[in-house]
Amino acid sequence: MIRVRDLSIGYGRTAIQRHLDFDVERGDIFLILGGSGCGKSTLLKTMIGLLPPLAGSVEIEGGSKGGAPRFGVLFQSGALFGSMTVGENVALPLRSWTDLEDEDIHTIVRWKLRLVGLDGFENHLPAEISGGMKKRAGIARAMALENDLLFLDEPSAGLDPISAVELDDLILTLNAELGVTTIIVTHELASIFKIGKTCIMLEGDAKGIIGRGDPRELRDHSSDPRIHGFFNRKATGVT
Amino acid sequence: MWHRAGGGGIVTPVGEPFEIEEVAVGPTGNHVRVAGQLTVEHVGRLREELERVIRIPSSTRIDLSGVERLDGGAAAVLAESWSRAMMGGAAVAFEGARGSVAAVLDLYTDRLARECLRPPPARIGIFEQVGRATNDIFERCIEILEFLGQVMLATFAFLRRPRSLNWPDVGRLMERHGADGLPITLTIAFLIGSITAYQAALQLKQFGADIFVGDLVSLSLTRELAPLMTAIVIAGRSGAAIAAEIGTMRVSEEIDALETLGLCPYRFLVFPRVFAVVLVLPVLTLLADVVGIFGGLLIAISQLEVSTTGYLLSVQAALDPGDVIGGLLKACVFGAILSMQACERGMATRGGAEGVGRSTTSAVVATLFLIVVADAIFTVLFDLLGI
Repeated sequence: MIRVRDLSIGYGRTAIQRHLDFDVERGDIFLILGGSGCGKSTLLKTMIGLLPPLAGSVEIEGGSKGGAPRFGVLFQSGALFGSMTVGENVALPLRSWTDLEDEDIHTIVRWKLRLVGLDGFENHLPAEISGGMKKRAGIARAMALENDLLFLDEPSAGLDPISAVELDDLILTLNAELGVTTIIVTHELASIFKIGKTCIMLEGDAKGIIGRGDPRELRDHSSDPRIHGFFNRKATGVT
Repeated sequence: MWHRAGGGGIVTPVGEPFEIEEVAVGPTGNHVRVAGQLTVEHVGRLREELERVIRIPSSTRIDLSGVERLDGGAAAVLAESWSRAMMGGAAVAFEGARGSVAAVLDLYTDRLARECLRPPPARIGIFEQVGRATNDIFERCIEILEFLGQVMLATFAFLRRPRSLNWPDVGRLMERHGADGLPITLTIAFLIGSITAYQAALQLKQFGADIFVGDLVSLSLTRELAPLMTAIVIAGRSGAAIAAEIGTMRVSEEIDALETLGLCPYRFLVFPRVFAVVLVLPVLTLLADVVGIFGGLLIAISQLEVSTTGYLLSVQAALDPGDVIGGLLKACVFGAILSMQACERGMATRGGAEGVGRSTTSAVVATLFLIVVADAIFTVLFDLLGI
């Protein structure tokens, strides 16, 4: 569904990662792993077109539906619009890209918020809810248009353990039942092993992919000390 | 499949992707069969059809065995109908759903409503609004006093240990709020000097008093126009920038982080900005005096029969050092007002990006008002002191 070829990413002339090659298959839950600062979020932003690639290409299968966004995106901070209520944030893509009646939009927004555990928060401003709640509202907004492709930047970070598990279950259900392909940047080991089908692991100093495949396989069979250290929470001393 | 209709970015459904039919209607309830694709594009018709077939308080069995696809938006509408019927005392049962249709339906209908611990912001009446606004004024006064107290403490700390100030930072701020604002400040001073001279020329010519144009331009610029216009330009330029910068730091918790590091934000952020602006504004004003008088000179020699020497001699005769010093003193006070007002608004910022916008606007508007008020006070004061 996504084809990344010889991609170099970074800012200005500084490349953070070079010569990245990988495919994301339709229906996959694809994880982008790696240490802090290795360029995971930069890769995500390049894949969704917010940053231009320094070299190489990212191709996403399928076209846009009449100009509507091709995919839903959750940013690290939730990135809710501060002047709108939580409900208005979730309703925004529906108002912009569908001709649904207000009543239907309201119903969808309410049930989307219920799905992410934010019942009754439609009329709150983002400044009035916690960081974890903002993130959940951001997920509801990303899901609003029922896209079959979701990009989630650290979705579980900042969530309490129960909400994090519920979110993992939600991602699994969307993937299994609606075939939503999901690309996730995450550090959460519990989530990685629960939901991840395929992963790539980036490394800052190597400026490239140091491991790819099933995260459980990598954990159990990789001989690379950096991969072993990441999955077993051990400092490797490798720089 | 969605497509865009017209130029408004609206997406409309194509075709009739699902059917709802009442299979049986009885006294105890009815049986409804749904078939086809239930997707978010068609939830309007789905809701209307469900409202038609679900007869509260009868029970309804909805057979979903013919549904091939159900997405989240349509599942939300099914769940809403189910929930409303339950609240109205009716029973709605979904049956026959298979595979992904059953899973998505369960995903929505299994979510029990949780109690929201934080009630939505309630509408408040006019009396309560007046009361709150009055209370806000008192609270603002207390905040301003607290701010002034903190700035005084930071000033005393600087006077006790001048080396404690981050001098490279002050230099950078002076460059940003002074040198970078020089082109616009001097352009405006030049235009003000020229306009004043031109307007004066039209009147003075009638009385043969052309030679007094130098007196008029130099006195009005040094005593009044140069300090005022420079302060207004810097308030719009640097005041807004300071309020936005500190406001953004406040909402992104950078100021909280400073405090947790044991650093006083008033000493670390506010005082250097106030100090820098108080230092640069008199310098800008002095340069504006010179450029404004030069602008007047160009008009005097081009529009009036006044020589360069005559103009400069009349400026020299009219100007007293007290006029220039009085103007520079005003500039110092205007600099303190605009920088402290901008910092205070920035420190008081609440909320997100919208809060930063509010603080920036309010900093500029309040600064302009306070500068004009201070100018009026100076005028009366200088008159009383005979300056």
